[in-house]
Amino acid sequence: MTEQKTSLSRRNFLRNAGVTAGTLVITSTLPSFNAVLYAAVKRNTKGPWFGIAIDIEKCIGCGTCAKTCKIENDVPQEPFFFRSWVEQYTIRKDGSLKVESPNGGIDGFKQSVPAEEIEKTFFVPKMCNHCSKSPCVQVCPVGATYETEEGIVLVDEKYCIGCKYCIQACPYGCRYFHPDKHVVDKCTLCFHRVKKGLNPACMDNCPTKARISGDLNDPASEVSKFIRTKNVYVLKPHLNTGSKLYYNALNQEVR
Amino acid sequence: MNPEFEHLYQALSKVDGFIYPNEIELSWSILIVLYPFITGLVAGAFILASLERVFNVKSLKPTYVIALLTSFAFLLVATMPLIFHLGQPLRAWEIMMTPHLTSAMAIFGFVYLWYLMIVLLLEIWFDYRYDLVLWARESKGIKKWMYKALALGSDDISPKSLKLDDKLGYIVTVIGIPSAFLLHGYVGFIFGSIKANPWWSTVMMPIIFLFSAMVSGIALVMVLYIVINHLRKQKIDMLCLDTIAKYLFYIIIIDFTMESLDQIHRIYEAEESFEIISLLISGHLNFTLLIMQVGLGMFLPLATLGIIQFYKPEEKLRKLIYFITGILVLIGIFFMRWNVVIGGQLFSKSFLGFTSFKLSLIGPEGFLMASIWLVVPFFILAFLLWLFPPWKKTPVEH
Amino acid sequence: MPLHLKRLLLTGIVIISLFLLLKHALTPESFGQYGHYRGNSMNEIAALPIHFVGNNSCVSCHDTIVSMKSEGYHSDLSCEGCHGAGYKHVGDPKMEQLIKPDSREFCAKCHDINLARPEKAVTQKELKEHHSDQKCVKCHNPHQP
Repeated sequence: MTEQKTSLSRRNFLRNAGVTAGTLVITSTLPSFNAVLYAAVKRNTKGPWFGIAIDIEKCIGCGTCAKTCKIENDVPQEPFFFRSWVEQYTIRKDGSLKVESPNGGIDGFKQSVPAEEIEKTFFVPKMCNHCSKSPCVQVCPVGATYETEEGIVLVDEKYCIGCKYCIQACPYGCRYFHPDKHVVDKCTLCFHRVKKGLNPACMDNCPTKARISGDLNDPASEVSKFIRTKNVYVLKPHLNTGSKLYYNALNQEVR
Repeated sequence: MNPEFEHLYQALSKVDGFIYPNEIELSWSILIVLYPFITGLVAGAFILASLERVFNVKSLKPTYVIALLTSFAFLLVATMPLIFHLGQPLRAWEIMMTPHLTSAMAIFGFVYLWYLMIVLLLEIWFDYRYDLVLWARESKGIKKWMYKALALGSDDISPKSLKLDDKLGYIVTVIGIPSAFLLHGYVGFIFGSIKANPWWSTVMMPIIFLFSAMVSGIALVMVLYIVINHLRKQKIDMLCLDTIAKYLFYIIIIDFTMESLDQIHRIYEAEESFEIISLLISGHLNFTLLIMQVGLGMFLPLATLGIIQFYKPEEKLRKLIYFITGILVLIGIFFMRWNVVIGGQLFSKSFLGFTSFKLSLIGPEGFLMASIWLVVPFFILAFLLWLFPPWKKTPVEH
Repeated sequence: MPLHLKRLLLTGIVIISLFLLLKHALTPESFGQYGHYRGNSMNEIAALPIHFVGNNSCVSCHDTIVSMKSEGYHSDLSCEGCHGAGYKHVGDPKMEQLIKPDSREFCAKCHDINLARPEKAVTQKELKEHHSDQKCVKCHNPHQP
């Protein structure tokens, strides 16, 4: 009886050891599991990989970013087409929320809620999140929108068929249909400036330097420092878009 | 003010709550409502045809060819609203040349072509080949050459090759059923896979689209069968009509169950988007969803068809009831597509407000243009019925 | 195989070859160079003209104003943030003049009291009360406020 037991346990031991060793061999060949860092998984590229940081605590809602963006990128002036805009959030003492963005904030903001009713109010500048798992790139049927090696999402205006599927797929409302070109248009993170070593126009002209962009691969870059030292948050993280636009001091009411 | 943007300024003044500034204009309009509607008719009509061929429901024989030709006529038009809604219609070919494989839309071109070329064309061809050869022998002039070309110049109607045709036709139909499921389930996936939009993003979407497609396709063939026989002053095979109505009844029940399940699940889980979607249904969609889609398009037909399963009024009245029910179902399914496509764009992805939508009368995305795309398939069908009259076909036992 | 099936097969082969031929002819040259997109489109976007030329372009002519600005509260501001894009002015300074905004509304965009503006980030005044009949620039030099 005892003999049988020991032989059984020995067999168990051998089997368990075999399974463990096998598992170890198999898992060692797989990449180790990483809890997702800031939703965007760092891409191993030779060059820079761009991210954006916006500091809500610095934004004064002047709308210069939205205004300069339209000029720099020849965006139609009508108030229906924006690559970059600012929203004013106001949470009233009764808990209700009011959000405004008249002409994308280009003409500045007036607080329409009386001061004594306000619990909390702040500005949120919005622009393309240049997601690393872009839902818009995923759905483009022809390959007219793509993510460059630098992590910038662009639209090929000579190849876009104008099906607008990407507009539907963007959770942040960052794409619009260009009324003259009849193709979809969006923020390029001023690709034409960034490629020449300049900053995007909205960031160069921001009076309080509330928005910066830079190389996420470089730990010494301003963006990397921003992410490291502040409590950053991306918009709609549950959608797992791999957004690379990090906000400091973002309220959870913001969508 | 530039008149080009007048409608946008109007829409801007009607914005309710907060929407992202780029969301004022709906990206997809009436033409994209038509696209799933027409594709659904294609898939539904085909599935009715295969009920006869594959599942051996013999009483449906009189509608077999009509269903196939209807499916074909609508399939030929299915891509037109899609192409015409594009900002750059002349670049539409890119979707076939450089399809982006992660895009649900890119694969549509191939699913469509597979369905058109391999399934429908082949099935109809195998079914008609014997008659094409006979008609080519009998006819004169252009018609003779058309039939001859369509028979690919072959004169071979030996019993052996006819048997082979029948076998191949059967195989195509068997392949056709999953293909029809694929075609329309897949159209549902185009919407269901958009995670940014909670009104669309549900795994149920392909299934709901599929069953509503069957509902609409069967209703269309039922109405067409009544109309065609009325025009030809022929007596209707009431057994056939009753059988179609019976299947229609069953599939509406399934469709209703699926759609209810989807909504109940939405209500019970009450996620982040629940408030805005409740407002959408009770406000912006109350007429098109609650009255047109559910009331007229679902409850009324369900009640009528349900009663008819137990109590059958005399033929003439029954025919009228079937006709009206079929039309109601078609209207209901049209509004179902409307509520999905338009409804999904009325609320902001910030979940904080609504934009508005006004259907214009003229223009490429207007009511008239849309009506044209809905009428054209009937002309194509009339042409097909003239060129390949099902009633002059030699009856074959499959 | 019966004749009609042979011809059917032939038709199929012809259609597929035609499609492949078209695909080859119509796919743009640089497509697939880096990914599923036209590689050249990246160069086209990179070559777009720059509108905002930056403070370094201003200093060569307006050195006194730039140095005055660098000592005041507005030192961090870009010149073109208020004066508008300078690409035309840089090319033809005489003909292409930049704007000199001096309205109260313009200053209000940053300096009017709004609880949404972080207090630390910018000086704010109740502009309805603060010398409401005067232009701001009468007392405040925008380059050294």
